[in-house]
Amino acid sequence: MSFKKSPAFLILTAFLSGLIFGLGLIVAQMTNPAKVIGFLDVAGHWDPSLAFVIIGALVTLSSLQFLIKKSCRYNASKTESAKPLHSKVDAKLIIGSSIFGIGWGLSGLCPGPALVSLTSGLTGTFVFVGAMFTGFVVFKVLHQPK
Amino acid sequence: MAAFAGIRFNSFKYMNYSTVLLSLAGGALIGLAAALLLYFNNRVAGISGIVAGLIKPWQSDSAWRLAFLIGLILSASVWFLFGGIMPIQLDSTVEVLAVSGLLVGYGTQLGNGCTSGHGICGLARLSTRSMVATACFMITAGLAVYGVHHVL
Repeated sequence: MSFKKSPAFLILTAFLSGLIFGLGLIVAQMTNPAKVIGFLDVAGHWDPSLAFVIIGALVTLSSLQFLIKKSCRYNASKTESAKPLHSKVDAKLIIGSSIFGIGWGLSGLCPGPALVSLTSGLTGTFVFVGAMFTGFVVFKVLHQPK
Repeated sequence: MAAFAGIRFNSFKYMNYSTVLLSLAGGALIGLAAALLLYFNNRVAGISGIVAGLIKPWQSDSAWRLAFLIGLILSASVWFLFGGIMPIQLDSTVEVLAVSGLLVGYGTQLGNGCTSGHGICGLARLSTRSMVATACFMITAGLAVYGVHHVL
C-alpha cells in the first residue's frame, strides 16, 4: 500500500534502528564492561551514571510512544504476525532473568554492547558472543521440540 | 548513614557533569532507536530476541533482523569514522567470558528478554513482567559482581 509497508523500507528502518541503538550504547559507554560493573557494584565504588542512561532512554521512548500512540505491545521473538506478549509473571521469566543477570554481572557484557564491541577486535568479545549464540541454541534444543 | 555518605562521595568522584549529559544523550539515542523500530516495524527493540530469531532457516522476518544486527555492529565503525573513541576495559578471563556468554544466551531466551527488551522497552510500556524481570537481573547481576569483586 504505502511506502511504509514495503519490505525494503522496513529493512532500512531496522538497519537505522540498530545503528542508532549502537551509537547510543557507545555514547553512554555501555560498551565498556568496566563501566557497567562499576554501576552494578553498589558495595564498591558505585558509579551511578548508567542510571541516567536508563532515565534518558525511558523518557525518550515513553514520550515518543505517546506521540506515535503505540507502545511495545508486540513480541520481537515471535515470527511472522506479531503476537501480543505473554501477560503472566511465571517461573520461566524469573529463573531466566536471574540466570541472565548472573551472566551479565560476571563479565559486564549484555547482548547489545557485546555485539557492538566486536568491532574492537578483542578476542574476549568474540568468545562472549560465540558463547551467547551457543546459549541461544542450547535453549532451542532443550525447550523447543521440533 | 555512613555507608550512604560513602556512596555519595564515591558517586561524585566517579561521575561529573559531562558524564551525566553523555549518559542521558546515549539513553535518548537508545530510546529513539527503539521508537523507530516500534513505529515502522511494529517490533520491540529487544536485542536478544531479534538476534536469537536469526537462528533458523531463512524466513520472511529474517531480513529485518539481520539488517538490525548489521546496523548494530556497524555503529562502532560509524563512530570511529567521525573520530569517536570507544574505551573497552574487559578484565574477565576467557573461561569467565565463556560461562558469562552461555548464561546470557540461555537466560535471555528463558526469560524472554535482556536489558533492552525488558529494561528499556518493557519498562517504557509499564509491563509487569518486564518490571519483575528487570528487578531479577539487576539483583543477580549485582550479586555476581559482588561475588567476583568482593568475595573471590
